[in-house]
Amino acid sequence: MISRDFIGLMLRSSPCPQGEVSVSKHVAAPSFETPALRRAPQDEDGAARSILLICALIGALASTTTVLPAAEIPPNERKSGYDFMGPESRAMQDDDTANPASLWVLDGEALWKRKAGAANKSCADCHGEASETMKGVAARYPAFNATRGRPVNLDQQINMCRAERQQATPLPLEGKELLALNAYVARQSRGMPINATIDERTRPFLEAGRTMFYRRQGQLNFACAQCHDDNWKEKLAGSPITQAHPTGYPLYRLEWQNVGSLQRRLRNCITGMRVDNYPLGANELVDLELFLMWRARGMPMEAPAVRP
Amino acid sequence: MARTLINVPPKAKKGEVIAIKTLISHEMETGYRHDNVGKAIPRDIITQFVCTYNGLEIFRADLFPAIAANPFISFFTIATASGAFEFKWTGDNGFSQTETANITVE
Repeated sequence: MISRDFIGLMLRSSPCPQGEVSVSKHVAAPSFETPALRRAPQDEDGAARSILLICALIGALASTTTVLPAAEIPPNERKSGYDFMGPESRAMQDDDTANPASLWVLDGEALWKRKAGAANKSCADCHGEASETMKGVAARYPAFNATRGRPVNLDQQINMCRAERQQATPLPLEGKELLALNAYVARQSRGMPINATIDERTRPFLEAGRTMFYRRQGQLNFACAQCHDDNWKEKLAGSPITQAHPTGYPLYRLEWQNVGSLQRRLRNCITGMRVDNYPLGANELVDLELFLMWRARGMPMEAPAVRP
Repeated sequence: MARTLINVPPKAKKGEVIAIKTLISHEMETGYRHDNVGKAIPRDIITQFVCTYNGLEIFRADLFPAIAANPFISFFTIATASGAFEFKWTGDNGFSQTETANITVE
């Protein structure tokens, strides 16, 4: 690597124009501003002016989103992703026989009744009829788990049940079976208000999720709130940004051609922000789930929803 | 066996136009994709869907790799007589599935 001083020296001591051309040709990229600033005083002013202009532009862009700390969306202005969808996608969600996620719900119903593990027990052997016992359960998750000393999401709870009560191997995260069971359980809460329990045990995790939502991170230096609190009326690459209320998970996303969990969706966004991503099941993601469910408190559950 | 969902109205008046909706779980693997080591993933799609109404074919569709996973097919017919609709999906690797739904026409 040639140092900047060396380039300057070469420029100043160039005996002929060709020398200068060859220098700029070979080393211009890593030292763009240095020769320009040193060439002449008026150039220096020009370069300084353009740097100031760029700073001002960045400042102006940033100020539209960061002069005020990101404001929470007032309850009466909250919208589900459903409200941002076109009529065709809404029709798919509204009709269970057109909603592809119904196929997962049916699979989940079969799994609910299937005996598994060394204990040879099905979910139904303990929990009975899901339409009664699971009503409203998904609307309360992530919920505090005393054994783990922290909130767990529904996927984790299902796998804990499998490991402890059925003595079966946990289902792989984002696998078809776990999504099916989750969709079946979540379906029993459709229409019920989202109601994650916030008390002294879960509050620290809620706050951790909140911090993550408002913290700028990644190569793009973005916070979740910059899109989902401040710019949800705008579009990103032609698509509505939306308010990021997790009302319908697990849901069928047309882009995925599959059912996916909230964590899969979060990891999508996090990759887009160019953040070193968190693995599926990471505590950070569960904290963020808890915060998002608290943020969507009172909104009706749509699971399993359809999204573009 | 693939999971299916059929929506046929259980009752209709004679001469009424009825909507029929079908959904089937299927990967619809295009054959154009490669796995993470560069190996081509072989095509695996449903190639044909046929619906008969009391033995008479009323709807047929050919499916191609551009059709999304879990194909949803909806169409209309006129309720002529009580009886059964039969739905048959066939595809690659010997895929074949048949479902029926009954209708009462008054």
